[in-house]
Amino acid sequence: MNIKQIFKILKTKTIGIAGCGGLGSNCAAALTRLGIGKIILADFDVVDVSNLARQYYFHEQVGEKKAFALADNLHHINPIVEIIPNDIKLGPNEIITIFKDCDLIIEAFDLAEMKQMIIETCAEYFPDTPLIVGNGMAGWGNNNAIKTSKIGKNLYVCGDGLSEISEELPPLAPRVGIVANMQANLAVSILLNNEKPN
Amino acid sequence: MNITLNNRPDSFEEDTLTFEELIKKKNFTFKLIVTKLNGKVVKKHERAQISIHDGDDVMVMHLVSGG
Repeated sequence: MNIKQIFKILKTKTIGIAGCGGLGSNCAAALTRLGIGKIILADFDVVDVSNLARQYYFHEQVGEKKAFALADNLHHINPIVEIIPNDIKLGPNEIITIFKDCDLIIEAFDLAEMKQMIIETCAEYFPDTPLIVGNGMAGWGNNNAIKTSKIGKNLYVCGDGLSEISEELPPLAPRVGIVANMQANLAVSILLNNEKPN
Repeated sequence: MNITLNNRPDSFEEDTLTFEELIKKKNFTFKLIVTKLNGKVVKKHERAQISIHDGDDVMVMHLVSGG
């Protein structure tokens, strides 16, 4: 497939991104550069100065709502991509409403409880939509521990599966960025109908 | 019964176990997990009722915070 054919397919696709933090913002940037047709964003948070250590925001955006600030940044990268920002806290009902027309969903929450919630919600309401979860990316180094697994028909997991955020193991730009881009990379391969997880 | 647990073969004396019993037996103490039976998600509140039998493919995935 050449680049024209790839872009032609990707511009017909809609991707939902649940959370606009380290995973969501960086994954969205990669997907925007790929010219995905429509990207649906959701986050309830505002940009904090500490977020700039790993999230796709700029200093002058501190205090802005993340969903809208990210939509602005993505628009600067590629104005052709349709970005739908939702300033909202996602629960099962919001997920069902906002992401119902997505070809694929990226899980980009920080809390494990929220990861569990979206996995269970999508399994029940969107069994035919691929869901790509980020699981374990805190700290630094250990490149080769980060991997992709396919679990069941439509659930994929990117990360090391172990490294939980803590005082001693903060989320840092490179490792979070690797997992975010792994999620984007896997999304492309699924959308281009090449379902190899690696 | 013989089952596949997290892609590896595993054996139990019992003929059947609920997910809750399996989690206890295997000492999976992680705070947050996702469970699957033959590729289908078993929700948290279903773990006490849904049983695992010989030949089943079972997954218990540990979820960690960060993102």
